[in-house]
Amino acid sequence: MSLLAVRDLAIHIPQGDSGRGVGVARPVDGISFDIAAGECYALLGESGCGKSMTALGLMRLLPPGARAASGTVSFAGRELLALPESSMREYRGGQIGMIFQEPATSLNPVLTVGRQIIEALELHSALRGEAARERAMELLAQVGIPDPGRRLDEFPFQLSGGLRQRVMIAIALAGAPKLLIADEPTTALDVTIQAQVLDLLDELRRTQGMALLLITHDLGVVARMADRIGVMYAGQLVEEAPRAAFFARAAHPYSVRLFAALPDAQRRGGALATIPGSVPPADTQHGGCRFVERCGEAREDCRRAPPPWRELGAGQRLRCVLERAPEVSTKVGAGNTATTPVAPPLLDVQDLRVHFPIRRGVLQRQVGAVRAVDGIALSLAPGRTLALVGESGCGKTTAGKALLQLIRPTAGSVLLDGAELTTRSTAELRPLRAKMQMVFQDPFASLNPRLRVGEIIAEGMRALGVGAGDTAPRVAALLQQVGLRPEMAARYPHEFSGGQRQRIAIARALAVKPQLLVCDEPTSALDVSVQAQILNLLSDLQRELGLAYLFITHNIAVVDYLAHQVAVMYLGRIVECGSADEVLRSPRHPYTQALLAAVPRIDGAGREVVKLEGDMPSAANPPAGCHFHPRCPIAGEECKRDYPGETRIGATQVVRCFKAA
Amino acid sequence: MLAYIVRRLLYAIPILIGVNLLTFALFFVVNTPDDMARMQLGVKRVTPEAIQKWKAERGYDKPLLWNSAAAGSAAVTDTILFSKSVRMFVGDFGRADDGRDIAREITSRMGPSLAIAVPTFVLGLFVAISFALLLVFFRATALDFAGVVLCVALMSISGLFYIIGGQWLVSKVWHLVPISGYGGGLDAGKFLILPVIIGVFGGIGGSTRWYRTIFLEEISRDYVRTARAKGLPERVVLFRHVLRNALIPILTGVVVVIPTLFMGSLLTESFFGIPGLGSYTIDAINAQDFAVVRSMVFIGSVLYIVGLLATDISYTVADPRVRLQ
Amino acid sequence: MMFQPVILWSDALLFLLILAVIGLAVWARREDNLRAAWSRVLRDPVAMSAATVLAAFVVIGLLDSLHYRVRLEGKAGEPVRYAVELNSALDALLANLRTRPEKTYSAPLATHLYAKETSTDGTQRDFPRLKHGGAHLGENLDVHGADIAKRALFGAAAGALLWFAMHLALRRLKARRCGIQADGAGGAAQAVAWGAVSLTLAPMLVLGGAIVALSGGYHVLGTDKVGQDVLYLTLKSIRTGLLIGTLTTLIMLPLAVLLGILAGYVGGWVDDLIQYLYTTLSSIPGVLLIAAAVLMMQVIIDTHPDWFASSAERADARLLALCLILGMTSWTGVARLLRGETLKLRELEYVQAAQAFGVGRFAIMGRHILPNLMHIVLIALVMDFSGLVLAEAVLSYVGVGVDPSTISFGTMINTARMELAREPMVWWSLAAAFAFMFALVLAANLFADAVRDAFDPRVAK
Repeated sequence: MSLLAVRDLAIHIPQGDSGRGVGVARPVDGISFDIAAGECYALLGESGCGKSMTALGLMRLLPPGARAASGTVSFAGRELLALPESSMREYRGGQIGMIFQEPATSLNPVLTVGRQIIEALELHSALRGEAARERAMELLAQVGIPDPGRRLDEFPFQLSGGLRQRVMIAIALAGAPKLLIADEPTTALDVTIQAQVLDLLDELRRTQGMALLLITHDLGVVARMADRIGVMYAGQLVEEAPRAAFFARAAHPYSVRLFAALPDAQRRGGALATIPGSVPPADTQHGGCRFVERCGEAREDCRRAPPPWRELGAGQRLRCVLERAPEVSTKVGAGNTATTPVAPPLLDVQDLRVHFPIRRGVLQRQVGAVRAVDGIALSLAPGRTLALVGESGCGKTTAGKALLQLIRPTAGSVLLDGAELTTRSTAELRPLRAKMQMVFQDPFASLNPRLRVGEIIAEGMRALGVGAGDTAPRVAALLQQVGLRPEMAARYPHEFSGGQRQRIAIARALAVKPQLLVCDEPTSALDVSVQAQILNLLSDLQRELGLAYLFITHNIAVVDYLAHQVAVMYLGRIVECGSADEVLRSPRHPYTQALLAAVPRIDGAGREVVKLEGDMPSAANPPAGCHFHPRCPIAGEECKRDYPGETRIGATQVVRCFKAA
Repeated sequence: MLAYIVRRLLYAIPILIGVNLLTFALFFVVNTPDDMARMQLGVKRVTPEAIQKWKAERGYDKPLLWNSAAAGSAAVTDTILFSKSVRMFVGDFGRADDGRDIAREITSRMGPSLAIAVPTFVLGLFVAISFALLLVFFRATALDFAGVVLCVALMSISGLFYIIGGQWLVSKVWHLVPISGYGGGLDAGKFLILPVIIGVFGGIGGSTRWYRTIFLEEISRDYVRTARAKGLPERVVLFRHVLRNALIPILTGVVVVIPTLFMGSLLTESFFGIPGLGSYTIDAINAQDFAVVRSMVFIGSVLYIVGLLATDISYTVADPRVRLQ
Repeated sequence: MMFQPVILWSDALLFLLILAVIGLAVWARREDNLRAAWSRVLRDPVAMSAATVLAAFVVIGLLDSLHYRVRLEGKAGEPVRYAVELNSALDALLANLRTRPEKTYSAPLATHLYAKETSTDGTQRDFPRLKHGGAHLGENLDVHGADIAKRALFGAAAGALLWFAMHLALRRLKARRCGIQADGAGGAAQAVAWGAVSLTLAPMLVLGGAIVALSGGYHVLGTDKVGQDVLYLTLKSIRTGLLIGTLTTLIMLPLAVLLGILAGYVGGWVDDLIQYLYTTLSSIPGVLLIAAAVLMMQVIIDTHPDWFASSAERADARLLALCLILGMTSWTGVARLLRGETLKLRELEYVQAAQAFGVGRFAIMGRHILPNLMHIVLIALVMDFSGLVLAEAVLSYVGVGVDPSTISFGTMINTARMELAREPMVWWSLAAAFAFMFALVLAANLFADAVRDAFDPRVAK
């Protein structure tokens, strides 16, 4: 018998305020699945598919306005939706634990960690006082928090993101639940921390016999964790399969395209498969298959009625009328496009430093500095892509802004096309601004909501006097170039989806005909199918316009697909750089090795794993010697004393590690 | 943390100097003492001698900033700026127009002011927070809606109405308590109860609505969802999690007014004939006694700055993020 | 010309404000975001109901702002002369209230004075008849009640008829609007809660009709100490309340917006200076600063009687000065709020994108910061209104409000409260002032809430 059985669960949100007529949004529209004891079931899908809403519905923690309109949720034989609220509370935390995406906001900031765990213990066990404290300490130790006795009396803000998520897990474990719901548990974490947390969840599942409902958009995480997978689309499940079957032969056109949209090294130089359009809003009325508008293989009967479930055998079933899974052609590129640079570098950065002063005391004297960027050197040729890779807090975004002079560097030199930038005044910089532009991470914050798209794109042209005269034809041309329609210039940003906004942001940057584009995580806020669209666009533009990209990212797969050269940053310094092939295929720095090994892979194959313990130290107080030595598995005595110099390996690869020579 | 408090204290000094200069400019530069004398004496009886006499009696016959006639340091000290403004820093407020010592008057009137203001403040805070919690507990129900409507209606009524209506109903129609007056000791109770109740009632609409907004903002945060996912009952979620966090924004608005309680409430004291600082101020305004108004402005600012400091300190108690960094 | 138009400073500012509001409305119609937010307000029945009440107040206030002097009768050939007394269009409309003073207090709808007086022959003390109130009844006082009922019913019926006509007109308008929009897209977004407007108009018109009919023969709300009609005083108070509620915020806004944005965006010593400025100003308790400033201003006005041509101008100057002082003491809150928001906006990526184009500081502040703060400015504007109307009453009571000769809710309450001690009590002046003030402030509060909900991005939609 299954531990959890969900049947035809539908969640409705009445849309009162939509003018006339009362519409109903159906973020979850009749889904059914089972989870067996000790099983890991993954709900996979893009944002807006109703995954989180399903989880909240199971816990009966729906946001105000939303309600479970129909269906049943039976847990260990009891019908949860019919329980009175007081009995439901015993299931929450006691039988079903839950952890959330944002560990930073999911813990109460003014209560100690211990208080928050003990609170759950007192609720679901007979432990009180010292015994509860003992147990809380055990739980912290169990989730791998070092020095649990001290941590109990600390507040959440004193912990790093990874530790906070471990505390969340400890809270969820306090009631010894039979099922743990993990809603995007690692999305907000860095890959090395993600690897730690996923390991922990997997281990807990095995040792405690706890079932896991994992909600994620990340195929890599699914491959690493799940026993069975349910693919969600627009409020419904469209495919369900055991892991092996799913990764061997995903059957639904949506699942197939999710795989094809993933960037990796094999597809470099080619185009990624994309899914046109975006997930339909939750108040859409569906007649036929929900995916029909974005499906390349849709037939006439797909529009008429929703396709029924169809068994494929071996536990795999799908909702699609197609007999065979579609072949989605992804043009496989030439693979390695690394040719030796011929042109002199467009961008040449030497010893760039950005230090932020730390002020303390009565007189606010400077007592130290956060060395966000601490002496990096980069060089980028026209028409090439350099990826600056690192985890959050390593200084990569600061570096990008500093070389555009959006943040004035503390020291160092930045040569753009032979012109020194750091010594110029704001006015002297203006003529050079047309040569370098930036594309930002958050497509929702990077466009002024009060300006029309046309005005947004024309802003740079006007400010820099590029293409004097009428800007309208140029705006229209740019919109077409990034794959939008010219008449969209008259609209406001809020009418566009995330992917479209990112296209607008790219058009804005292109408007002044730059030679260098600094792209700061341009796809990390986007779903994988939309990410593919943007990556395709960027590589098309590079081919047509000969743009050079400085690509700032933490996503190794994107780097693998796109970059010619790679520089890996750790705590303000570049620890390894070279051609993409050399750095990604034969990494020499232990940090690079760990970073690459931490990325969950969809083929399930792991490299020999280099596990990293702990978190990145603070840039205000970096460790002496090699910054990486406290976490390094192979650190020796010399590593604690001195920062290693550069060691050249191969044609382009340079490593700063004593052990790499 | 100590450095933080010391820094805030140091920051108060330039602000007090600014307030002092501002009041000086307002009272002695915008209008010269001659103008004030002319107005005080009435247009008809103004003669240069009368003006001189008026000024000399009050010490306004000195030069504003620099006394070139005086020798040594007296050139600075024997001026209006020094004798009327700078000396307020050491608590020397001079004499009112009726000849009484302002500082002594203030100390004797502080008691009655506090006797009204402190109970009003404490009771008002308690009632409004309880009421707001009640509304939040029943949020999105008819009770909540009715409560909000009631709050808006209460907010829309003039404070004068509460006082006049309350006095009329309780004292005149029901004859429960004296209509106004003040007595010492236990006797004070019967004079205080009505103004306190009216004070609480008059403020309840606005503050309840404000607290409700803060609670609702807190209740939509992620950590509340975590608390519910633990299986905590709504009551515990509200009191242990939401209230603790909502305290931080509430403190911002509340602590800062505590020191200014000394100033008393202008309207209440004047309507109920309570000999506190509020009625003192109103009497001074009506009598156009500039020396008293000037002193009250300065004291008010000092108390406000003390309130700001108290707010900063209260954060360190309520918010571990401030305390530990 | 039978009269000479006079434009007081406050009139000019008020009409400028109305023009600005109309201009903004035209502009807002073309801006998608603004139109969407306003259409949320238009759809909200409570807001529209409140807006209807507010509109009535505004119409009265505007009528009261059209000032003129009457031409005096003179022989031909003499230079044309105008009366010293300043009248407004409202005064003309209410002529029969204004020009029929009694001797002293009389209760609402009364026929006799409120106090006994010794009759002319000195023999007996009695309540004398009013000169105007109920004068048409003559000696036939038995029909007093019936006459009131008849007039009230007649007036109410006329009001109801008028309402019905307006209701039909509204429905026609609505039907035509819907017809047009059925063709175009986004018709649903334009729905206006006309039902609420109509429903609010009904009691207003019925009550108004009854009052108009009654005021032909009686003092509907009684008369005050000097025999002035209380209804007239109350209606005249509206303009003062509106002026203080709107002009104050308007005077302070440019300063608050400029300094708030400068402090937030430029930072450094500019920020330090502006912060110091507003911390210093806000550290002085508001009432005391206002009291001090008003006292000082009074000295200026008193010592310069030659600046003003008439007492009306002097009272107007004092009113404007009060607005200015209230504005100077209340800009600090808005400036602080805007500074905080600017600090957040400054870090947003679209501002950085503009910086990457080398767009100048002031262009960024004007193009990227200010438009994204306008909702805060608007919310501050509507939220402050009701507080200021209430504050006027308190300040006038304290003696630092409007000129005693200016008719306002505050001066009405201030003169009336002395009479509370009388036995029996004179209650109608107070009641009228409080009731009208309550209606105005409640409508403003409800409308402000709707505006805030529609414009504040944090409020879930």
